[in-house]
Amino acid sequence: MATLRYIQAMSKALRDLMTEDEDVMVIGEDVRASLRGVTKGLHGEFGDDRIVDMPLSEQAFTGLAMGAALHGMRPVVEFQVSSLVFLTMDQMINQAHKFHLMTGGQASVPVTYFMPGSGSRMGLAGQHSDHPYAYFVHAGIKTVMPADAEAAYGLLRAAILDPDPVAVFAPAALLGVRGEVPDEPFEIPLGKGVIKRSGADVTVVAVGHLVPEALKAAEELASEVSVEVMDPRTLYPFDWEMLNESLSRTKRLVVFDDSNRSCGLAAEIIASAMEANSLVARPRRVSRGDITIPYAIELEVALVPNRDALKSAILHTMKES
Amino acid sequence: MEELHKSLYRTLRRIREFEGQVVSLVEKNLIYGVAHEYIGQEAVATGVCSALEDRDILTSTHRGHGHVLAKGADPSRMMAELLGRETGLNRGRGGSMHVADVSRGIYGANGIVGAGAPIAVGAAFAARARGEDAVAVPFFGDGALNQGVVMEAMNMAALWRLPMVFVCENNGYAVSLPVDAAVAGDPVKRARAMGMNAERVDGMDVLKVREAAVAAVERARSGGGPTFIECTTYRFRGHHTAEAVMRLDYRSSAEIEQWQTRDPLGIQGARLEPADRQRIDSEIEAEIAAAVKFAEESPKPDASTAYDHMYSSGLVARQGVS
Repeated sequence: MATLRYIQAMSKALRDLMTEDEDVMVIGEDVRASLRGVTKGLHGEFGDDRIVDMPLSEQAFTGLAMGAALHGMRPVVEFQVSSLVFLTMDQMINQAHKFHLMTGGQASVPVTYFMPGSGSRMGLAGQHSDHPYAYFVHAGIKTVMPADAEAAYGLLRAAILDPDPVAVFAPAALLGVRGEVPDEPFEIPLGKGVIKRSGADVTVVAVGHLVPEALKAAEELASEVSVEVMDPRTLYPFDWEMLNESLSRTKRLVVFDDSNRSCGLAAEIIASAMEANSLVARPRRVSRGDITIPYAIELEVALVPNRDALKSAILHTMKES
Repeated sequence: MEELHKSLYRTLRRIREFEGQVVSLVEKNLIYGVAHEYIGQEAVATGVCSALEDRDILTSTHRGHGHVLAKGADPSRMMAELLGRETGLNRGRGGSMHVADVSRGIYGANGIVGAGAPIAVGAAFAARARGEDAVAVPFFGDGALNQGVVMEAMNMAALWRLPMVFVCENNGYAVSLPVDAAVAGDPVKRARAMGMNAERVDGMDVLKVREAAVAAVERARSGGGPTFIECTTYRFRGHHTAEAVMRLDYRSSAEIEQWQTRDPLGIQGARLEPADRQRIDSEIEAEIAAAVKFAEESPKPDASTAYDHMYSSGLVARQGVS
């Protein structure tokens, strides 16, 4: 075991895999100099052919990754800003994601779309503060969002080794957070959630950087309500089995989500939970609004989901029935 | 030379015959939706693919039947694909606009204009990284010259001197938009401005296309970097099979007739002995008739398999009914 920051755990995952498998390469903007910090030191170790700086042509280098994947490589595409994926949706959804079905299973496209520093970064305004994971979930692209250093390592490895395209969101708020990471290589299987805190009264599903906030909220409310916190880890495919098992005990649900309100991840979780479970109280969601993040910090703070809003939602749910 | 002439004519004829059958199968509703016929442009795919080896890679377009056939895909399995049959190249999951044979380096026709270009860049990049001497060839039309991603892909290929041949089939129209109303400047000069070798060739004469392609492939394989070839060509029929009933008025019958005097089959056919040409014609007619028969007799996919193949890992997509 070593104590690593979340970002260091992802860096270790890349280094370990690139050492094991020479088909793994990282492409993106400023990945040699490592502006985002995940590829720090890797260029010196693996050279120009494995850590490859791209011209600022997001659409083309996303397509390049697919072509390279079809020809035997396992490319990891780093996006410097998660909103850049809006430029590349054709290559992700129309091309890479659909290829296996459209060709009747002729070929796999093992490519990883990697968004380190996703979501709000406080002060980066409208075009650099989105958290666009729900778009991927909606498209059916495998999507993970690790909530701690151990998961950052295990899920990034699993994503790269998966034969399909996988989107990896690594929230900005978590990059510096430390955690224990085993020394030996390991993967966390896609599609498996984890109960981060057991409780009897209400299930809180929280994702990414909202998981530690949900745990703090649960602790702060511990004298009043017993909160169970589920971290799905993978957003698609979602671990419905784990959620349904939890709800069979708590019969109450609050979803803590950093995507927009309409057709957001929370909407899907609640709809599916309602179809499969008899809850004793109306479920609630704490999410972003359908809103562009404004520049001024006071406004940004007011709009991103926060712990107080979650606590309030939990208490409201408990008041019913 | 005589063998080459015959072989080129055979491929031209195969595409023409295939496409003729496609038109009639669309009319009979045996092919769903529409298909984008390649009739008139056969010399481009035939000439370029005659310069390629099995290990080389191509990405194609919505008007892709010619490229896929010229690269060696089985016409029977391809016809079965167009009829949406389980025996099709893509098991009936792709159809005309996505027909692919990855085992032959055919990374698919494509429903999005220009989208294949960066995928070909990736294949070329990977081939070189893995020490293979494969060449990647994106086909695209004049319409795709205005897709940013094609310019991005050409920049990367030139920058890294990738083993590629960019083949622009300029058939004069992006659906109904004339190239003069859409493309500023000279496409060949665009490529040259990136430091790429580039030339314009007569896309109705398969020998001219082949000559340019052979030189480009040789350059690519020997480390000389990518080439851009603009093939001037023309489609004799509509943008797609439905156009015939749409009465679109964007080009004159005089213009179409003018181009038909330069039919690529006529140009290449004249280089063969009449008896050879006749023999190839009847062989191909029989071959494509057999392809149609194979396709029509092939089973349709079972509805219970509609969720198959979404993921390579075996994951099954969520279903739409709870």
